[in-house]
Amino acid sequence: MKHPYAIALDVGTSRRNLTGSWRTLRPEYVDRLPPCNNACPAGEDIQGWLFHAESGDYEAAWRALTLNNPLPAIMGRVCYHPCENACNRASIDVAVGINSVERFLGDLAIEKGWAFAPPPSESGKKVLVVGAGPAGLSAAYHLRRLGHQVTLREAGPLAGGMMRFGIPKYRLPRQIIDAEVKRITAMGVELVLDSKVDDIEQAMKDGGFDAAFLAVGAHIAKRAYVPAAGAAKVLDAVQFLRSMEGEAPPLLGRKVVVYGGGNTAIDVARTARRLGAEEAIIVYRRTREKMPAHDFEVEEALEEGVSMKWLSTIKTVDGGTLQIEKMALDDKGFPQPTGEFETLEADSLVLALGQDVDLSLLDNAPGIVIQDGVVKVGPDMMTGRAGVFAGGDMAPSERTVTVAVGHGKKAARYIDGYLRGEPYAAAPKHGLASADRLNSWYYEDAPATVRPMLNAARRINSFEEVQGGLDETNALYEARRCLSCGNCFECDNCYGVCPDNAVIKLGAGNRFRIDYDYCKGCGLCAAECPCGAIDMVPETI
Amino acid sequence: MNEIQKLKFYQKGTLTVGNRLVDEAQRNVQASLSRSNSLTCGHRACQGCGEALGARYAIDAAMRASGNNLIAVNATGCLEVFTTPYPETSWQMPWMHSLFGNAAAVATGVAAAMRVTNRAGTRVVAQGGDGGTTDIGFGCLSGMFERNDDVLYICYDNEGYMNTGVQRSSATPPAARTATTPVLGDEPGNVFGTGKFVPKIAVAHDIPYVATASVADLHDLEMKVTKAMGFRGARYIQINVPCPLGWGAASHDTIRLARLAIETGLFPIFEAENGRFTHVRKIRQRKSVAEYLKLQRRFAHLFKGGKEDPRVARIQAIADRHIADFGLLETPAGAA
Repeated sequence: MKHPYAIALDVGTSRRNLTGSWRTLRPEYVDRLPPCNNACPAGEDIQGWLFHAESGDYEAAWRALTLNNPLPAIMGRVCYHPCENACNRASIDVAVGINSVERFLGDLAIEKGWAFAPPPSESGKKVLVVGAGPAGLSAAYHLRRLGHQVTLREAGPLAGGMMRFGIPKYRLPRQIIDAEVKRITAMGVELVLDSKVDDIEQAMKDGGFDAAFLAVGAHIAKRAYVPAAGAAKVLDAVQFLRSMEGEAPPLLGRKVVVYGGGNTAIDVARTARRLGAEEAIIVYRRTREKMPAHDFEVEEALEEGVSMKWLSTIKTVDGGTLQIEKMALDDKGFPQPTGEFETLEADSLVLALGQDVDLSLLDNAPGIVIQDGVVKVGPDMMTGRAGVFAGGDMAPSERTVTVAVGHGKKAARYIDGYLRGEPYAAAPKHGLASADRLNSWYYEDAPATVRPMLNAARRINSFEEVQGGLDETNALYEARRCLSCGNCFECDNCYGVCPDNAVIKLGAGNRFRIDYDYCKGCGLCAAECPCGAIDMVPETI
Repeated sequence: MNEIQKLKFYQKGTLTVGNRLVDEAQRNVQASLSRSNSLTCGHRACQGCGEALGARYAIDAAMRASGNNLIAVNATGCLEVFTTPYPETSWQMPWMHSLFGNAAAVATGVAAAMRVTNRAGTRVVAQGGDGGTTDIGFGCLSGMFERNDDVLYICYDNEGYMNTGVQRSSATPPAARTATTPVLGDEPGNVFGTGKFVPKIAVAHDIPYVATASVADLHDLEMKVTKAMGFRGARYIQINVPCPLGWGAASHDTIRLARLAIETGLFPIFEAENGRFTHVRKIRQRKSVAEYLKLQRRFAHLFKGGKEDPRVARIQAIADRHIADFGLLETPAGAA
């Protein structure tokens, strides 16, 4: 080649100079466990389905969501959303309204009639699921998806369990339960109503079942000894809420006292207001802070005119008069009687003191261990009887719909492993994507969307749903508030900020690759990664 | 989808380099698989070099704006030395270097050559560091401005002569330690009340377009380079590019420092057209200068023994004056 004056060498590219040899730290892409997913009792991949919702692909989002939870419209109403309590966005402004987006997707699925795909192949195994509450429905759904033949036996006249017979309509409209149950039975789950299982051993033998999942719930009201004289009207909460599903609503009178401090007590008091009670008073032996009921429910009840009497126990009931003893908390925070009494007029008293499990179906099953009124299960949800699994309120747990759904899924996976003879092993979890790993500069300020609430005056006259849902515009906004903690969302920051052009973009959906021939290990990609999905790892020399 | 895209709802990815939620055409050049990578790998800049980053950001944007029909003229300095040790080059575009101080004049000549040979479609950028621009090349630069030659001059401002061993330039901030402003005597580091801010001088030439930009705000930087390429005549952009070596900072803090320079008010980001200021980039999360200074060893003497030197307050006063002069704070709704 002929060179110009004073030029002796051909032009070469600096790409011959492999600057990767300078590196002492190497960037590596990682995936971390987002705190929402970590907190979800149903084991949802929340970040995963929000990813689809962000781009407006709601069906893909719903399908990703229902891989773990078949009841999003229900969950979007009644879940106490521990995910939002764990959300890292709270350290920037307010947690992402995961629950409201879930409800939006669940409602949209019902509206559009999206259905679950049938299982790709049949396993030929038969599984009996006892109880069509959240745990049973979830287990039936997951077992069916895995190709097993599922019979779901329910003692009651309708499916839903405590979701129907415990949670009032104003929190969970019944057509929502019907729609989500129907979608599960449409997959080929056989639902048998009014069919109480009295003896699990016999039922399994008769039906030729290879395994069983028990989720009969806790439907027996706990009683406290309250001496009653005269024509006192004393009911229990379970019986009361259940009768709300019947033809004639129960008659409570003008003034109703509810005894207890859990969510059920709140539900009873709020229902009583809607039935026309002028006064609904909750009597609870400890303080508001110690109430097991969720704070927002207490708040909503107060808005509806429910009154609360803390640090009080009911000693006797005599006709329409309750004798109340005042309590005081001792140094350990336990309520102690003070010997001070007062009286309270009431037309009826509803006891909401917790529920026990009817375990009579297990009487003939060998190996079952009962502890504290619930069935003991292993980490695989199996009881002492091989092939019999249990979950929901009848197993030791926090008694919420979400926990029950999680039990159903977990049990289904272990039942599947049991039936195939290959015990299920959960995949190891990634390290937590904590807030300190984020570079929050890159997230736009965006306050949370508040869901519309029915005003209190209208609430007490009807069983209309109290909390409204989101529409498409604000659901999309809310979904886009997700920070994608710990997992690459392809924002191109690493690709952009590398001064050495050493990050290779692999195209939509394929993320990025570091070109270690040129990466000098400056760490800018890791520092500027908004979601903390890059670690700097020392090079071995 | 288009209707939704107009909304200001990119909470995730709004300020990032790319954003999968917007149309490909609306995304940054740097997010594109087809960016020209005018400054490619294998160059010998230090780890975390702000100038290498800023140069690729700016030139890739100019390449896209000119339809890849661009010639770059480079002043002497880091950018020239680390990219082009004979016979290798990192530039994947026509690029030339002459002397330290004449980049603006050479670019004027190249633009004239293009014009007289009927190739005015070929655009010309001149680029250099703050030394080659604000000190050594300043006469040529001012000449290019007053003649309104059709050149976009980009100054990568890293606040000193870093290539030759970190000496003071007229863009070095007060109190900064350099090889020529040691931490000695009554006035350690660079002397207060010296130096100059060339963007304002450029505005005084009434040229079509002047802007400042930063490697910490790619959206703004690309917008300005693209806008500048839409003008004919003399244009000037000064980009703040932190230097890990000269500033004594961690290589992974380059963008963080550039961000802090904006958010403290020390480096005001603005635009001016034909001698008039037209736009300022408001501070988003205001920071104190101490937070910015503490990350840099060139300012370590200001925090010696855990005590804050009174000079920090003087630097804060400079930032506060920028905030007042340029109106860098968001005025609350309702305020006049």
